[in-house]
Amino acid sequence: MEQSAVKGQKTNSKSAFMKPHIREEWVGRVYTFVCILVLIATILAIVYFVASKGLSTFITNGVNIGDLLTGLKWDPEGEPAVFGALPFIFGSFSTSLLAALIAAPLGCCAAIFMTQIMPGAGRRFMQPVIELLAGIPSVVYGFVGLSVIVPMLRAIFPGQGIGILAGSLVLAVMILPTITSIATDALAALPGGLKEGSFALGATRWQTIYRIVLPTTLPALLTGVVLGMARAFGEALAVQMVIGNAPHIPRSLFESASTLTSAITLSMGNTISGTAHNNALWSLALILLTMTFIFVFIVRVLERRNHR
Amino acid sequence: MATTGMKVKDLSVFYGEKEAVKKVSLSFSPKQVTALIGPSGCGKSTFLRSLNRMNDTIGGVKTTGEIWIDDVNVNDPSVDVVELRQQIGMVWQRPNPFHKSIYENIAFGPRYHGIKNKKKLDEIVEDSLRRAALWNETKDRLHNSALALSGGQQQRLCIARSIAVKPKVILMDEPASALDPVSTSKIEELIAELKKEYCIVIVTHNMQQAARVSDRTAFFYMGKLIETDDTDKMFTNPSEKETDDYISGRFG
Repeated sequence: MEQSAVKGQKTNSKSAFMKPHIREEWVGRVYTFVCILVLIATILAIVYFVASKGLSTFITNGVNIGDLLTGLKWDPEGEPAVFGALPFIFGSFSTSLLAALIAAPLGCCAAIFMTQIMPGAGRRFMQPVIELLAGIPSVVYGFVGLSVIVPMLRAIFPGQGIGILAGSLVLAVMILPTITSIATDALAALPGGLKEGSFALGATRWQTIYRIVLPTTLPALLTGVVLGMARAFGEALAVQMVIGNAPHIPRSLFESASTLTSAITLSMGNTISGTAHNNALWSLALILLTMTFIFVFIVRVLERRNHR
Repeated sequence: MATTGMKVKDLSVFYGEKEAVKKVSLSFSPKQVTALIGPSGCGKSTFLRSLNRMNDTIGGVKTTGEIWIDDVNVNDPSVDVVELRQQIGMVWQRPNPFHKSIYENIAFGPRYHGIKNKKKLDEIVEDSLRRAALWNETKDRLHNSALALSGGQQQRLCIARSIAVKPKVILMDEPASALDPVSTSKIEELIAELKKEYCIVIVTHNMQQAARVSDRTAFFYMGKLIETDDTDKMFTNPSEKETDDYISGRFG
């Protein structure tokens, strides 16, 4: 009798103990699931929208995909209209590659300084300062580029100063914080034992950085560079302000050129939805989106290599 | 050649204001294993790290006193740390192989000390791996990543790596504490083998291990060296009460 009472009490208290937690668990699960669902739906919607608009250039307007990707002439309002986007593709690739080439050594070396040479003050003061660069609006970068870099290039090199190099320099400064902070985190996360192991064998600090630290963190450093490039590839405003926006492949770094993003931002407001010109701009957006996916894919592959 | 011992005189290590090691004098004989024992935080690892000036790599550490190898005072600021560390190998608690091939892990040290000849490097790699009892397990995959080895194999690789630069002294900081019993006994066999040629100093938390592998034992407590003697005597008939208490498990 007494025993069963105790038993009853026990199960009672147990169920009272369990219930709110089961509810909590379910509330948490449903809430987080809804959040991820919203995100996935948004991304899918964007992809669908851009793809359907972008592909309609080829389907409804009868433009050949090959012609768009390799055509050299961009005359969307002409009779007949010609959609050759290669100059934009070339402009986007050359500016972002060049920007990465300029910013990668700078960012990685800055990261080495902050983590290996002056770890205390370096990470505490310098990293926040460099990350501040990431917060500056791109129009400010474009403005500085237009009023400082372009006149400087005009004074030193032949041409108007505007062009691929001016765009690359502005982009390099813009992606520097991305590369630096990813590289800094990667270098700081290096297992301490590796450096000590190298020191104990009699390697100097430079030998340790060059032969142990850099090779071990290389995939992570490359991740930073690729993410920086992705950012440069997608940047529109700052580049548009200094590149000149002429739709042809330039013969030098100091000749007016154009990128995918600047072509879109310049013309999107002046076209009517549903026209061939408008659809062609969406095709450019589709190329951008595809490139972004490729960049993300590269980053994933690099990260997998890093964790192996 | 590699038969030199080490003499430490009045060694103190300061972390800022805190004196972690207090005026320790101790000598290590060649062809002997000396075990440093004591409770956590007693300064034995700090002491070990100061022997090859590893404490230099972290800021805010001051080391005073003398450490003699042959007739060189290691703790003299004018000593070339790079050359010194070639003479003193070190093995850590966690195996820390470089993210390179087995071959490159071993060749790393010798390359820095000027050996470029491929044949010579091959010889050093084989010799070091044989001495570390790892040759038979790895000879067919020398160019595979060292990270694919098991924990025990990685630790033996780290030992092989440290003897590849032909040191006189090998410092081991709890070399088996992260390993399973089988790997541990392999490491202990290896220590017994290596002691025929090197002067070995080992920090360990494991009393049985200290009793098994070492010839002499030094007991540290609160940064001070309490007692040092032959291992047999230390574990059966220590002269200090604190040593007796620690060894019989009454504290620590």
